[in-house]
Amino acid sequence: MKHAELLERLKLSGFKRALWVYHLNTGGCNGCDIEILAALTPRYDVERFGIKLVGSPRHADVLLVTGTVTRPMYERVKRIYAQTPDPKVVIAIGGCASTSGVFYDSYNVMGPVDNVIPVDVYVPGCPPRPEAIIDGVVKAVVKLERLLEGKEG
Amino acid sequence: MKKAKLEPEGMAGEKRAGKTCPACFEVPIGPIHPALKEGIRFTFWVEGERIRAVDIRPGFMHRGIEFMGTKRNLVQLIYLAERICGICSVSHPLALVQAVEQAAGIEVPPRAQYIRVIIGELERIHSHLLWAGVAAHELGFDTLLHYVWKVREPVLDLLEDVTGNRINYAIPIYGGVRRDIPPEKYPKLKDALRYYRSLVDDFVSFFLRDPSIEARTRGVGPLSPEEADSLCAVGPTARASGLRKDLRQDWPYFAYPDLEVKALTPEDMGLEVRGDVYDRIVVRLLEVVQSIELIERCLEEMPEGEITSFPKVAALMAHLKKAEGEGIGRHEAPRGEVIHYIRLEADREAPVVWKVKAPTYSNFMPWFPMFEDQEIADIPIVAASIDPCICCMERVHIVRGDREEVIWKEELLRLSWEKTKRVASRVAPHASLGRKG
Repeated sequence: MKHAELLERLKLSGFKRALWVYHLNTGGCNGCDIEILAALTPRYDVERFGIKLVGSPRHADVLLVTGTVTRPMYERVKRIYAQTPDPKVVIAIGGCASTSGVFYDSYNVMGPVDNVIPVDVYVPGCPPRPEAIIDGVVKAVVKLERLLEGKEG
Repeated sequence: MKKAKLEPEGMAGEKRAGKTCPACFEVPIGPIHPALKEGIRFTFWVEGERIRAVDIRPGFMHRGIEFMGTKRNLVQLIYLAERICGICSVSHPLALVQAVEQAAGIEVPPRAQYIRVIIGELERIHSHLLWAGVAAHELGFDTLLHYVWKVREPVLDLLEDVTGNRINYAIPIYGGVRRDIPPEKYPKLKDALRYYRSLVDDFVSFFLRDPSIEARTRGVGPLSPEEADSLCAVGPTARASGLRKDLRQDWPYFAYPDLEVKALTPEDMGLEVRGDVYDRIVVRLLEVVQSIELIERCLEEMPEGEITSFPKVAALMAHLKKAEGEGIGRHEAPRGEVIHYIRLEADREAPVVWKVKAPTYSNFMPWFPMFEDQEIADIPIVAASIDPCICCMERVHIVRGDREEVIWKEELLRLSWEKTKRVASRVAPHASLGRKG
């Protein structure tokens, strides 16, 4: 269902490009990261919609951020965000990226991702299933469309 | 090997490399880099294409979990331990529950021991397949990555069916497990195991008989048995160098004494041990087959009975609150031996000390001899060959004001001794570690 919806959205929207995503681990436990990778591999296979993992934030439309932000990553997350060209959408994947999850109350944790950079879509779950991640990306497409039309700044 | 290069001279790698290789170029990789899945920084000093020296700076994924653990109660601790690492997400809780059971004197029913083994071995299958896919990707063989991750999905389905979640299964609890595997589910498990058995030949031909994989991995990133032994390598990294070292064989726990596990090395496939990346692939494939056999035996021999000695959590909490003492839990995780140490005090819900040693922490030093004299293009596969799990491994990173400090061994020992003294002053005098003076 999600795949059909996504395909429909990509077709109908003014979004004519393939959606390129950059994956950034800011101090997570790898759980969300392997689910993102699972979403890209044959069972879920988002690559058939042109959603592709890229190696540099400079090529990305969407930042997939996983994990709570640790102290050494704080400045680096900001820098990665600045390197991503506009229009861009940030998706916080998982409980840690959204709210810090179980990792509250530590000397080396700077809090959830929205303490550092603006987040557009939150995907809860520990870890979220690949379907939930795809759903988050669908919502990101909607947001990107609006950004491209100049409705949101 | 050039031992002199491996020994730190009190300062970071720059001085070391400057001494051994004045004509070298410095190549920093990380902490954020497409070839790395997690944040860690390598600095390579290269002469032409050859790596002459390497320095590694971890600390980017450090969340201070041991510190957080001393502020949570013991049941919350299981869920925190689970989130030390999402890939070996049952290994850490399995080691933790053993430590707490030892400290609090809790018995575990035999059926629970078998269920723990089954979940642990299913996790080993999923983790080794995941690794095989990542390794194929690092070699530029993306078709194989997608194939391996496709066949990895059935084991995740199985884990979901048995535990309720694809990752972070929340199965172990002190004194047993939280969910039974009812006999209705055995056929499904057996079907999946038969499926994986039928794939073994494919895997052997894709990974071991493929000439390009062999060319890229034979003789790459070698680790001699002496180096593996002296640098304390664990898990498949040690076994690929020919050390027959496996916790399930050396210190059997759970139901492993009944199952008589043998540590596997490339010799078990009739190959000469060379300790290179190819051998690490061989060992992991052998272990997938071994895990299938172990689960099949568990399903046949699993006794009937209770799955936990504390069916009510309130009774468990009351018992844990009275518990006092220390315990060590060890488990052979997919990447090697994981150790948890815990010290409990009566009338305190949180542990006084919780110490975690993850397998990558031990497999970290073997990276240095592996990288020596390798080509730059081999960096990703050599780095991936130990199956690093940085988020498990992260240790100490002290920030005082804006200044970052690197802590060396002497300083670390001093801090550790101070902490022992501090802790000892708070704990009961009968404990062996807590003796004053």
